[in-house]
Amino acid sequence: MVDNALKISAMNDCEIVMSRVFNAEQPLVFAAFTEPKLLKRWFFGPDGWSLKVCEIDLKVGGAFRYVWRKDADGTEMSMGGVYRELEAPRRIVHTEVFEMDWTCGETRVTTLFVPQDGRTTVTTTILYSSTGARDAVLKSPMESGVAAGYDRLERILPDMAAETV
Amino acid sequence: MQSISQLDATFAALADPTRRAILARLALGEASVNELAEPFAMSQPAISKHLKVLEGAGLISRGRDAQRRPCRLEAAPLSQAGDWIDAYRRFWEVHFQRLDVLLEEMKATPQTGGPKEGE
Repeated sequence: MVDNALKISAMNDCEIVMSRVFNAEQPLVFAAFTEPKLLKRWFFGPDGWSLKVCEIDLKVGGAFRYVWRKDADGTEMSMGGVYRELEAPRRIVHTEVFEMDWTCGETRVTTLFVPQDGRTTVTTTILYSSTGARDAVLKSPMESGVAAGYDRLERILPDMAAETV
Repeated sequence: MQSISQLDATFAALADPTRRAILARLALGEASVNELAEPFAMSQPAISKHLKVLEGAGLISRGRDAQRRPCRLEAAPLSQAGDWIDAYRRFWEVHFQRLDVLLEEMKATPQTGGPKEGE
């Protein structure tokens, strides 16, 4: 669905802003982002992985912890953090850090749930405390992009130009 | 393969809207400092400062013609940064599409009972 498409609307060396529309009411979307039973059903990583541990203490100062597991070989990856601000079902600010040897920085994440006409726009702003934190993401087991030349460039540049009008 | 520091330089260079606009202009073909300064209503020194950042990040190169020193777009670092953004986008899109499916299931079941068990 084109109008629901994921937008990465701003980016610099230490911030990413992502926005996505979901066809569901705000409380439902908020629940899907904050209830372990629901998170395990969509936030389990690449295919072949599962969200084995999902502990959430949803209050200011409360902690959360996720452990992902690759079923084939038992590889695990974990992440934890603390809720800093909370206005259910509208806004969450939390810090997060990966508990792996490849991480080296805490990230501050602000998630907004904005309702409109039965849909909900989720906007996530990820602020890296340092380039080190972003490097951790770079080295994470995300599928790496395929090498490309001018064809990709041509896709990126019109967006850049549009931003500056 | 680009180093991490090169990627940092790329993102730092892209963080400024004027620099992004300069790159968008250079995607159409090479241009001199004068030609770049015109549409931006900026002084030549201000444009030159941006060009230095872009050149330092390897995103543009300058021609040898002493009079004009035309700026050219260098595609490689930018496409590397684009690859990374694409990978990030794909990672999240996969998750959000699963969430779409889950939300449809949740809408079909009473809230108080929670979602249906199993797939």
